[in-house]
Amino acid sequence: MASVTMTVNGKSVSGNVEGRTLLSDFLRNDLQLTGTHIGCDTSQCGACVVHVDGEAVKSCTMFAVEADGTDVATIEGQANADGSLNVIQQAFQDHHGLQCGFCTPGMVMSAAALLKDNPTPTEGEIREYLEGNICRCTGYHNIVKAIMAASGQDVSAVAAE
Amino acid sequence: MYAFEIERPSTIADAVKALKDEDAQALGGGQTLIPTLKARLAMPSALVSLSGIGEMQGVCIGDDGAVCVGGATNHATVAKETASSFPGLSGLAGNIGDPAVRNRGTVGGSLANNDPSACYPAAALGSGATIITNAREIAADDYFQGMFETALDEGEVITEVRFPVPEKSHYEKFVQPASRFALVGVFVAKYADGVRVAVTGASENGVFRWSEAEAALSTDFSASALDGLSVSADGMIADLHGSSEYRAHLVKVMTGRAVTAAS
Amino acid sequence: MPKDGGIGASTTRREDVRFLTGKGKYTADINAFGQVSAIFVRSTVANGVIKSIDTSAAESMPGVLAVFTGEDFADVGGNPAGWLINSRDGEPMKEPKRPVLAHGKVRHVGDAYAAVIAETEQQARDAAEEIIADIEELPAIVDMAAALAGDSYVHDEIETNQCFDWGWIEDNRAATDEAIKNAPHVTTLELINNRLVPNAMEPRASIGTYDAAGDSYLLQTTSQNPHLTRLLISAFVMGIPENKLTVIAPDVGGGFGSKIYHYGEEALVLAAAKKVGRPVKWVADRSESFLSDAHGRDHVTKIELACEKDGTFIAFRTETLANVGAYLSNFSTATPTFLHGTLMAGNYTVPNVYVNLKAVFTNTAPVDAYRGAGRPEATYSIERVIDMAARELGMDPIEIRRKNFIKPDQFPFASAAGLEYDSGNYDALMDKMEAMVDRKAFEERRKASEAKGMLRGLGINAYVEACGIAPSNLVGVLGSRVGLYDAATVRVNATGNLSVMVGAHSHGQGHETVFPQIVGDMLGIDPASVDIVHGDTSKIPFGMGTYGSRSLAVCGSAVVRATEKIIAKAKKIAAHMLEASADDLDFTDGQFAVKGTDKSVSFGEVALKAYIPHNYPLEDIEPGLEETAFYDPANFTYPSGAYACEVEVDPETGKVTVERFTACDDFGNVMNPMIVSGQVHGGVVQGIGQALLENTTYDENGQLLSASYMDYVMPRADDLPFIAVDHADGTPCTHNPLGAKGCGEGGAIGSPPTVVNAVIDALQSGGKNVTHIDMPLTPARVWAAMNNA
Ligand SMILES: Cc1cc2nc3c(=O)[nH]c(=O)nc-3n(C[C@H](O)[C@H](O)[C@H](O)COP(=O)(O)OP(=O)(O)OC[C@H]3O[C@@H](n4cnc5c(N)ncnc54)[C@H](O)[C@@H]3O)c2cc1C
Ligand code: FES
Ligand code: FES
Repeated sequence: MASVTMTVNGKSVSGNVEGRTLLSDFLRNDLQLTGTHIGCDTSQCGACVVHVDGEAVKSCTMFAVEADGTDVATIEGQANADGSLNVIQQAFQDHHGLQCGFCTPGMVMSAAALLKDNPTPTEGEIREYLEGNICRCTGYHNIVKAIMAASGQDVSAVAAE
Repeated sequence: MYAFEIERPSTIADAVKALKDEDAQALGGGQTLIPTLKARLAMPSALVSLSGIGEMQGVCIGDDGAVCVGGATNHATVAKETASSFPGLSGLAGNIGDPAVRNRGTVGGSLANNDPSACYPAAALGSGATIITNAREIAADDYFQGMFETALDEGEVITEVRFPVPEKSHYEKFVQPASRFALVGVFVAKYADGVRVAVTGASENGVFRWSEAEAALSTDFSASALDGLSVSADGMIADLHGSSEYRAHLVKVMTGRAVTAAS
Repeated sequence: MPKDGGIGASTTRREDVRFLTGKGKYTADINAFGQVSAIFVRSTVANGVIKSIDTSAAESMPGVLAVFTGEDFADVGGNPAGWLINSRDGEPMKEPKRPVLAHGKVRHVGDAYAAVIAETEQQARDAAEEIIADIEELPAIVDMAAALAGDSYVHDEIETNQCFDWGWIEDNRAATDEAIKNAPHVTTLELINNRLVPNAMEPRASIGTYDAAGDSYLLQTTSQNPHLTRLLISAFVMGIPENKLTVIAPDVGGGFGSKIYHYGEEALVLAAAKKVGRPVKWVADRSESFLSDAHGRDHVTKIELACEKDGTFIAFRTETLANVGAYLSNFSTATPTFLHGTLMAGNYTVPNVYVNLKAVFTNTAPVDAYRGAGRPEATYSIERVIDMAARELGMDPIEIRRKNFIKPDQFPFASAAGLEYDSGNYDALMDKMEAMVDRKAFEERRKASEAKGMLRGLGINAYVEACGIAPSNLVGVLGSRVGLYDAATVRVNATGNLSVMVGAHSHGQGHETVFPQIVGDMLGIDPASVDIVHGDTSKIPFGMGTYGSRSLAVCGSAVVRATEKIIAKAKKIAAHMLEASADDLDFTDGQFAVKGTDKSVSFGEVALKAYIPHNYPLEDIEPGLEETAFYDPANFTYPSGAYACEVEVDPETGKVTVERFTACDDFGNVMNPMIVSGQVHGGVVQGIGQALLENTTYDENGQLLSASYMDYVMPRADDLPFIAVDHADGTPCTHNPLGAKGCGEGGAIGSPPTVVNAVIDALQSGGKNVTHIDMPLTPARVWAAMNNA
């Protein structure tokens, strides 16, 4: 067992973990931050995406020990300070960018990472950036649209509702 | 996963020492190793994480003008830092997997693993890179020894990779649509003394150089120089995603496209 | 204009807030106090005799509390098929037992034959590796034709691999044969409807809890229909009395059919919870899901279309082998028959239809309903062969369809495949689609593609499907062993807000938003004051769950009926309060008013009166304001659509890119256009996935080759364009109070043939004589087809 300390959503947390404890396990089991989801065991689906020191990573493919001393952000810490949805979350709701909600935390975290680097991405750039986030419900249409809207782009021309 | 300890050395020397332990294994970005551990296909007693070793991080330009990449440098960093010095390499690194994978996966891990469909082996072989380990320097031509086989010894760590910078280069990747690795990927690099063409994804023996194309392109660096050449389907991978004939065909198409796109 | 937040408004979804902030509660997120972990040991061979299983080493491993094998469940029941199909000769289908854990034999890779319960998941995994099973591997039965021809059986006791040999409609067989024999033109097509893995992003998970004090059980599980799961466990598998078993499906991360069914893991965690006296949790990893979730489709079909030289259809005849896998899953016999054969007349006035379908056992995962269930298979066969016939006859693909469409004035229309379509306007959909596509502009786009060295094709398609699945009387005649109504309870609380308990389960469809829109609209109150309760058998009256695009048409209708009862009772109370006769009251915008006067009471005042019944006619009206309705519709609903797809094909690599997709659907009346569009987007993309990407492949040893996201190609954002959709101005369903048809499956039904038709069109335009390629149209397959042409 090793002891780890990290900042999660602005709060310092620590715990004792095994070598094999994944960051996603630590978040879900030790911190009860179950918004980070597990959708696969081959590191493809992106339901588990969080930020470590500001970079998007698949928390199912990183050991908790490796996150020692880092600053971790998860879906639970994304809302505005007053609890209201942040710009990306609000755009997902406004544009119906989620259905079952299972891929959603990873989608929102990936979108946030994208917009940090590229504040007004094109449709193509968004689609490419989401290569590691699988959604079975939405066909991605409204996810892409929501991210464009969150970046301040006019999406009224995008097909349909 | 079976249980194991994780060590986090901060120097190459400490890492090498920790790896002396028989069942210890290096941990790069974990983007290949962790899924393997989850499937209980490996049983190390300890993982030696290389991510905290400062001397294995980052990209610089060597005295001979080569791009030198620390063995634990992640793909995103390589993509960013080589964008102007070596666009062909930057493009390759920036197209591996997805952004989250690129933030963790490392050049050392990719080359050590030598997946027959991985991208980096094409860049290393296609640019005649030198793989530098804690013990020695290995020319790319000697390094790759077939699917998942390399010249590395037990416990040997890739500390740096030196890529000679070509006049023009490009990596053209036809993706395997599920894994997003290369179904066929071709790295073409034009140097003053000739052209190198390295092919990944296609052969049962892993990455290889297509010497006929190299010869043809060395005299005429244009896609039409490949007219009349063909690649044999013998020894090409056949799987769900494509027959060996299809892969052989793609080798030529991707090579032509890489030449056209080279910059 | 829809009322603010009422029926027809694109209200944003209230459930989104919890999902967007990480507060959703999926089964895997729940941790019961004292819970322990279950791990299943699954067969690595497709077919084998279990000679012995030695669990002793596993039992003595650290943390292990119990080990189960098939022997432990030998005396409990099997997981049944919900639909009895009779063969053409009248023989009932073969129904071999599907045990909780494999017993005697393992029958597919992933078939669970043991389970370990331990304090932690890792301890259970460690112990699972210590189970020593002596399994004698037998040759795998994988190919359906070989399975029927061979003399070794997936289930030895039935001495055949044929589950049934079904004819629909058997009485039409001779006439159809005769019509085809005499027809001036017959187009024949052999095709495969590829097997798919549903791949809801949330893997299955279950937690079993046993309460010794009440001898009662709780199952929290990833289910689309908790009542059905309870019924199956109680009545068939475990014999737990229904009133001693509560099944809760909390937030569920997608289903697409795969979570309709009861699976052995659910029974196991209940049995284990009782045995070890602790809650037992199991969460599948994705690799297990690939091997053990029910798959979809998997038909091999020969279809013939007979027509006049002018393109008038005379007959459709199909012969199909349908894979049911190693065991019958709950709906697996209904899917290829009544959800497929009955649709084989399509949107057309064709007079003769005959379907022959043999269901075949193989050593592969069970196959059952997956989004569309049977109807995509029917539509694909029909719409592919029509395209081929049009090409052979030199006709335009839209023209040939229009020529044979059922016309608006012919509804209700009795189709040659035995259904009565209540409403539709197929020409109007085609008009709309043609306007959106603009074929002249397409020719320009084609030229532009050709200038880049690409081939461009336009594929079109028309579909009709039958959903809103019910009515009980009809499905009973057709072999269903359950009723297919749904239920709702509307509870008006004393302070005027409402709880509505519904039998439908929402796992992405937005019920928590849409049902309040309906109730709010009907009662003239703010939908925000209405909350939906679903997914808990202890709280809701009953329900058949969410599948077959039935939530709105069936359960939504139950909500309407229950709300109507509320209004009727409230009106009586209001009449008393206003000292008027109920007949003299109007109810608008939440106010009961005496006609022609300014005397009125609000709905809220009436609610309060119902619960504080002072000065109340107790002898005539009960206190309280709560009503339940069970709704059993008179017919299926029949959504329809006209779709178009434009693709580019790279002639050098065979890679197909979907450039544009247009979906014009008729879903009848639409409650929330935003949500309906989302359903179409998702369905269309699953169909594009089937057409181009998703490749479930077993090798000859029954090993699943596409067993992870490394090989199974899930559609990703960069595989797709935006989807243009239109579902305005539908023809209302004539027999349910909302006039609504289901919208959940149309996209997945209509899109696969559209995409394939487009690819064939592109190849033909490039001078390649390719008439058919089996799905998925991977680059390698397209390239091979071009080079063999
Ligand atoms: C979703 C996904 C998509 C991907 N797509 C692509 C793709 O398109 N193209 C592609 O090329 N790759 C792809 N990869 C693989 C990725 O690039 C990995 O980064 C790479 O294969 C392994 O690098 P790593 O640093 O993660 O190594 P690890 O997984 O940590 O280790 C891999 C192996 O290398 C050894 N090792 C690690 N570092 C060193 C070192 N410095 N010296 C010696 N041995 C070492 C380890 O012991 C282990 O045996 C993908 C991976 C994922 C999860
Ligand atoms: S759970 Fe991390 S990528 Fe799927
Ligand atoms: S919303 Fe269900 S998987 Fe994306």
